[in-house]
Amino acid sequence: MKFGEDKISRRKLLGTAAGATAALPLLHESLPHQGVHDQFARAAGEEHGGGGAASAAHKGAGHRGTVGRVDPRVNGFDPQEILRDYDRGKVVRDGGRAVREFELVAEDREIEVAPGVKFAAWTYNGRVPGPTLRATEGERVRIKFVNGSKHPHTIHFHGIHRDLSDGIPGVGVGNIEPGGSTVYEFEAFPFGLHLYHCHSTPLAEHIAKGLYGAFIIDPKKGRPEADELVMVMNGFDTNFDLANEIYAVNTVAFAYHDQPIQVKRGQLVRIYLVNILEFDLLNSFHTHANFFDYYPTGTKLEPRDFTDTVILGQGERGILELRFPYTGKYMFHAHVSEFADLGWMGFFEVTD
Amino acid sequence: MEAGQATAPRQSAQRLPSWLAGLLPLVVLGAAIAIFVALDAPGLQRNGVPIEEIAVEKTVLRPGEIELAVRNDGPDAVQISQVTVNDAFTAFTQTGDEIGRLGASTVTVDYPWIEGQAYEVALVTATGGTTATAIDVAAETPETGAGFLGLMALVGIYVGVIPVAIGMLWLPWIRGIDPRYVQFLLALTVGLLAFLGVDALLEGTDFAAQGSQAFGGAALVYLGAAVAYLALVGIDGKLRGRTQRERDAMDSASLLNPSEGAGTGAWRLAFLVALGIGLHNLGEGLAIGSSYAIGSLALGATLIVGFALHNTTEGLAIIAPVARGEGGEMGGGMRLRRLVGLGLLAGLPAVLGAWIGASAFNPSLAAFMFGLGAGAIAQVIVQIAPSVRDSAGRLLHPLAVSGLIAGVGLMYATGLLVSL
Repeated sequence: MKFGEDKISRRKLLGTAAGATAALPLLHESLPHQGVHDQFARAAGEEHGGGGAASAAHKGAGHRGTVGRVDPRVNGFDPQEILRDYDRGKVVRDGGRAVREFELVAEDREIEVAPGVKFAAWTYNGRVPGPTLRATEGERVRIKFVNGSKHPHTIHFHGIHRDLSDGIPGVGVGNIEPGGSTVYEFEAFPFGLHLYHCHSTPLAEHIAKGLYGAFIIDPKKGRPEADELVMVMNGFDTNFDLANEIYAVNTVAFAYHDQPIQVKRGQLVRIYLVNILEFDLLNSFHTHANFFDYYPTGTKLEPRDFTDTVILGQGERGILELRFPYTGKYMFHAHVSEFADLGWMGFFEVTD
Repeated sequence: MEAGQATAPRQSAQRLPSWLAGLLPLVVLGAAIAIFVALDAPGLQRNGVPIEEIAVEKTVLRPGEIELAVRNDGPDAVQISQVTVNDAFTAFTQTGDEIGRLGASTVTVDYPWIEGQAYEVALVTATGGTTATAIDVAAETPETGAGFLGLMALVGIYVGVIPVAIGMLWLPWIRGIDPRYVQFLLALTVGLLAFLGVDALLEGTDFAAQGSQAFGGAALVYLGAAVAYLALVGIDGKLRGRTQRERDAMDSASLLNPSEGAGTGAWRLAFLVALGIGLHNLGEGLAIGSSYAIGSLALGATLIVGFALHNTTEGLAIIAPVARGEGGEMGGGMRLRRLVGLGLLAGLPAVLGAWIGASAFNPSLAAFMFGLGAGAIAQVIVQIAPSVRDSAGRLLHPLAVSGLIAGVGLMYATGLLVSL
């Protein structure tokens, strides 16, 4: 409420008229969150129960979610393609040794994160998330980084390596200024699912604007044949209130809700799940009508868990393996329900 | 030489018709603007990103639906791309895709809201900016049909017309009391009016804060106050002039024309008091109507009784100026009709206000109307003040001061009833 309690105002005493029509320029995170969630939970319950004011009319039962579509051709990248797009680089010989080379270019770019909602992103290679880099355990990896952005950036890889290649300001080559470039080089170790992101400060800003991607190091023996999907759970603070307005997997809100991910019945599906969400401490992943084997960080070949919901903190990731026994449409979403309502919700469409 | 220089411009001015000469600067201005715009503001560069400001002027709740009347308050065009309700994206439609400066759009959100719960509706623009509006207690907005307007009229009569009329029944009593106490009553009236004036200013400022700031915000209140003040000065001057010219004329056909007959000064004052109170009640009716329309006001008996007690004091304020028995030479019927006219002038605007508030509410308009009320009351206070002076010419003599304080206190005390 924006009106002080100390004013002598007869109208205010009439009731709460003032607040009801007031255009409060408040940031949506400024309401007590718990209360809002409780209200939504009750509202949803009423909706399903068929009770309440809404059931009297046909209105209000319509679809939840964003209105319209994001055109991937305009956006420059397609969440459907990001799912199965792996950048394995190029293997070159260097002094008798095989080196896997990648190139990442930082680029400022406006992207559409929900239909009609633009976001001034910082990207690696023009897309958010950046390319999914893929190498095999023990390989020499060399990443050429070109900073085409207007701001200084780095690339920091998760893994085990020397400090000089850690990609943080003040150590090794440090910040790469606009127009500059550098090369990061290290052994791909340990195997598992990792990530890379910019480590310039302010850190939260450099990550939240889109400078991140998945980094897969396959075990030497490989993993069983599967339909492999990359899902980077992210979010976007579009109004600079240090909270996300939009949540998604691979950037575009409701992308897999409006266009389900196609998978085959009975086939092993492997999901490389990375949580790079900023501003919210936790994210989660929940499959409907199915369970999955869960390999935290993918660093062991035996699953830790057989479950349908996992919770991931910031920077946490894991590998999920599952098979769909039935055909049909199966939902997956963050079980942090607020995130689901704000874009992090999708479907698998299982066919024979 | 000097004479020749002086006459030359006069001659050229005579060649042009004077109305054309008056228009010339406007024509040049229009041409300059056209060229400036056509050349896309030469020499100037926009600094910074577009500024988005959206005001939600009205919220209407129907089953399964929330409708927002939206106005673009900022300098740049705005596009609403998505809508969330309580942190969930929701289907919606809008009447216009891009809203230009000061343009309006109606956003209809498809949402199964539950009565009695609180909601926050956020409009997400193309740039990702959000404008949130709170619905403190969800309740269905009444349809503004004939029945509803009838109800609003009834409410207006309950809180405006009847209490004022009852308050005016003190007239026989105050005509019989010691003239010194009439001064006290006039001071009391000033106190009552001062309370109403401050109240109108505060309420107007509250509404102004809700409305589109591009229309002036709080300035609308003061603009309204200035307009009403000047208008009343003008009306007063006209009435006085007529009194002089038509001192002996009687125009008994007019109910509200206080210019005729002896003792017209007092009736003129009473008329102005009634007009000022009427303008205030216009704003009050508007507040009641809009509160009821958005479902945040329960029209219980207690509230109506509170308003009635509160506004009864306004009736007293109207008759205080004619307490000294002036106009006694008028026929009883005519005096009665005149009193009825004054009562209606003060009370009926509450009905009009309730209608406007319930059907065509706009916070900026409400702010302006409360400003009108405040300005009118200020003018009336200036008019009454001389009557409060004692024989020594003092304005703030003890009796007047106690009257003023009593008036403010009475309004404050009866105002508390309205909070119930």
